[in-house]
Amino acid sequence: MTNSWIDIKNTDCCLIIGSNAAEHHPICFKWVLKAKEERGAQIIHVDPKFSRTSARSDFHVPLRSGTDIAFMGGMINYVLTKEKYFKEYVNDYTNASYIVNSRFSFNNGVFSGFNPKTKIYDKSTWQFEKDEKGAVKRDPTLKNPNCVFQLLKKHYSRYTLDKVSAITGVSTANLLRVYEAYAATGVRDKSGTILYALGWTQHTVGVQNIRTSGIIQLLLGNAGVAGGGVNALRGEPNVQGTTDHAVLYNILPGYLPLPRANMPTLADYNKAVTPKTVLAESVNWWGNRPKYMTSFLKAYFGKNATKENDYGYAWLGKGDAPKSERDGDYSFLYCYEKMAKGEMIGGSIWAHNPCQSIPNSNNIRKALCNLEFMYSAEIHHNETTDFWHSPGINPKEVKTEVFLFPSCHRLEKEGSISSSQRMIGWHYQAADPRGDSRSMGQIMIDIVNRLIKLYKKEGGAFKEPLVNLNWYDKYDANEIARRINGWFTGGPNKGKQLSGFNDFKDDGTTASLMWLAAGSVTPTENRLKKTSLKQTEVQKMTGIYPEYGWTWPMNRWILYNRASVDKNGQPWDPTRPIIKWEDGKWIGDVADGGAPPLAMKGGKNPFIMLPDGLGQLYGTGLVDGPFPEHYEPTETPVTNHGFSGQLRNPCAKIVPGDKIAPAGDSRYPIVLTTYSLTEHWCGGSETRMVPSLLEAEPQLYVEMSHELAKEKGIKNGDPVILESIRGQVEAVAMVTVRIVPFKVQGRTVHLVGMPFAFGWTKPGIGDATNRLTLYTGDPNTSIPEYKACMVNIRKADKNALKELSYTEIKGGHHE
Amino acid sequence: MSKTFFIDTSRCTACRGCQVACKEWQGFEANYTKQLDWGSHQNPPDLNHLNYKVVKFTEFKIKDRVFWNFFPDSCRHCTEPPCKLAADGHVKDAVVIDPATGAVIFTDKTKKISEDGFLMIKEYCPYNIPRRDPETKLINKCDMCLERVEVGQVPMCVKTCPTGTMNFGDRGKMIALARERLAVVKEEFPEATLLDEESVRVIYLITHPRKMYPHFAQLDEHRKNASLA
Repeated sequence: MTNSWIDIKNTDCCLIIGSNAAEHHPICFKWVLKAKEERGAQIIHVDPKFSRTSARSDFHVPLRSGTDIAFMGGMINYVLTKEKYFKEYVNDYTNASYIVNSRFSFNNGVFSGFNPKTKIYDKSTWQFEKDEKGAVKRDPTLKNPNCVFQLLKKHYSRYTLDKVSAITGVSTANLLRVYEAYAATGVRDKSGTILYALGWTQHTVGVQNIRTSGIIQLLLGNAGVAGGGVNALRGEPNVQGTTDHAVLYNILPGYLPLPRANMPTLADYNKAVTPKTVLAESVNWWGNRPKYMTSFLKAYFGKNATKENDYGYAWLGKGDAPKSERDGDYSFLYCYEKMAKGEMIGGSIWAHNPCQSIPNSNNIRKALCNLEFMYSAEIHHNETTDFWHSPGINPKEVKTEVFLFPSCHRLEKEGSISSSQRMIGWHYQAADPRGDSRSMGQIMIDIVNRLIKLYKKEGGAFKEPLVNLNWYDKYDANEIARRINGWFTGGPNKGKQLSGFNDFKDDGTTASLMWLAAGSVTPTENRLKKTSLKQTEVQKMTGIYPEYGWTWPMNRWILYNRASVDKNGQPWDPTRPIIKWEDGKWIGDVADGGAPPLAMKGGKNPFIMLPDGLGQLYGTGLVDGPFPEHYEPTETPVTNHGFSGQLRNPCAKIVPGDKIAPAGDSRYPIVLTTYSLTEHWCGGSETRMVPSLLEAEPQLYVEMSHELAKEKGIKNGDPVILESIRGQVEAVAMVTVRIVPFKVQGRTVHLVGMPFAFGWTKPGIGDATNRLTLYTGDPNTSIPEYKACMVNIRKADKNALKELSYTEIKGGHHE
Repeated sequence: MSKTFFIDTSRCTACRGCQVACKEWQGFEANYTKQLDWGSHQNPPDLNHLNYKVVKFTEFKIKDRVFWNFFPDSCRHCTEPPCKLAADGHVKDAVVIDPATGAVIFTDKTKKISEDGFLMIKEYCPYNIPRRDPETKLINKCDMCLERVEVGQVPMCVKTCPTGTMNFGDRGKMIALARERLAVVKEEFPEATLLDEESVRVIYLITHPRKMYPHFAQLDEHRKNASLA
């Protein structure tokens, strides 16, 4: 999140879209309620089904799953044509005036530079026009047809109310209701916040979905202000910690890009990934990347990392340089493809249940059978640890050697946890691990230590990455937290903890496992453990608690807060100041860079992580376009959408050979969306084992409208079978007014929704919903499109039940 | 000072935290439940000897607007409990009132009450609360987490609730809070009311007329109401 959970209470209009905030963040949802009660904020929920979030919102707008860009594109069009944007903010803080290469074009749904063979864009025509000094040319009048502002207007002029309504299934009345309410925050004393989650990310246009909110928030002056921001609601499986520490294939900890094979030396890497700017008023914070990369290498390889050996850069795994959409993509999308083809020998699966949680689960379960070995660390047996017993698989035919390490529960160990607002807090050990179970950290340390020993004894191809590690004997969360913060490895302060970003060097005298956490464990205290509610008067006005936990970066709560003030450092809204320039310094939150206000000498642009420091209405960073464009999900009920002739995202990632239903396939006319539950956690392997939680949500169901139920002769409580081109799933029918049919292009399109928490290892409750879903991924992240695929539904007859009897779910009667 | 709950259902998100925390605190085992044929998330379907608190769901449509109301149901700890009146006729002091808080407590002595006696107690209760453990014959219900309250803590459901739905404190303060919230909620829901605030120690604020909640109507009648158009 760019803002904080508590900050939501400062908003005037809370747009919850692609999120079911009340159900998945039940505790933090209280701040949304506070905005309503204490500030009279409007709470708007836009989502395919009416959920517990909708029940507490001012109004709910049902939207066909996969049409969020159309919806938001219509809002952008509305804001621009009605001139609801915050002019001063757009002029001073965004790249609206930037001139784009005149060869940039957009034709029939595709931007210039697309190579249909590789499915990759050559971005050279997307670049900005520069002058002889290397600065981007601008038109401050915003009239040049090639300036970002005019290109933006032109791009979204197609997103008329009629077109948006026809494809989303949202009435024009409802569209206007949302657009008017939200656009009203485009003034200096009103702010709007956008809360989103997996309803946006789990699409083949996932990242572009989020880009629409970036554009809207910049146009309305909502980025960096109290009650504003672009707020990803993360949490549950410590997703924030996961991305910070790069449990991801494409980055190193601290969001450093993964080194690629065409960057053989550290100097090559630094050159390739360190942005430059010619603007004096731009901080260009990522210009410091070499310091963070060197410090990371130093933390990884300790004394073995020296200037002479490039700090061990050669020992880091490198990705292939992408020449096509598949190169250098090590996401599980392609991992499992390799597994299925028998191209993978073995590996480990940690705290992850792909046989339940990955789309096309039938294929995943079969693919694991090709491995020679697999090891897993888990608290409970689940569909992955016991994959060779999956329904439909004969265990006698599976040759995989499987090891299961018993993990203790997170309450049986101490450590940190990171919330969606980047606040890192501490949890203490509440009980001792039982039996032989131990923390996953200790399991990992023990395995690696044995590998190091073996390498030292027997040698082997390329042993350096392991034997040179600056490793551990014992899992000690406090020690690891210290190393994450970073320390001096040389110089007068050798051995001392770093105090913050300004301590970092690129000469090997500093080390840090994750630069963003610098300042969290200082020479004097572990700030992750703090729980004080102390705050200054200005901090009290918006709800900032600097002594509770520690929020990266540098304990800054609201990112880009320099955009919350005018060029003279005075808040747009003095009643909700985030920072304020007073008596020659900033008060309030930690200012985003200590430089004085923009109008003063040495003043800086607010978006310090971008090379020029200006918010990007148009940006060249994503692989599928500088502007979000509506494309249908890979499986869709329509054959055209009206915005262009390009039906789907041309860059979407697809596993070759996977079965995909053609657009508008009459065999599978119903949209399926899938989601989590409050009472169960993700795939459910942990929470199904908690009796009082299973009592509250016992079995797999499918939520459908009364209209669809009538059409299919299905009554509440009937066992039904859903079928996609990939598989079948049995569930209990839940017929409800909370799901409505959509009117799309003049005809009725039905939508159903299912949770995915029920798996076969707990008998009688159902099996993976993901046997239906499709393994197609966003081209920037490879996140699968869980939120939209096409199915059909029928009442389950007794014979069908026999076939599926391994997942037989018998619903019950109420008395 | 006598105690009172104020339950503001206009804030409830039906997270089931109260329902689960209550039974975890009491150390009760789980019931074996199923997805029932009434299209609801409500589970267990009703209060029972292993669930002192159950979040009840009711959904309906008025014109084109969907409403989904949540009601975390449990004993009202009436100021003049009819259950005690009925029980006293069978086994004296099986049901007692805690003088400090006003909590209505079902004691171990309820095990001695006959089956007819239990049915009578159940019928006397206007809110259909008392339940009986089929094995031990103990009649039980919410006990206001008296052991917690006595050491200055709030009941488990109140401690768990994240949204401010569950409130607990001195009766005067809770009644004042209830009236204050009612005034605010009425701006959005003109038919909002407080339920029986004079005679109970668990005051609910509901957003729609009481007959639209399953608790106050037979289930079948409620489902007829559910299709209001």
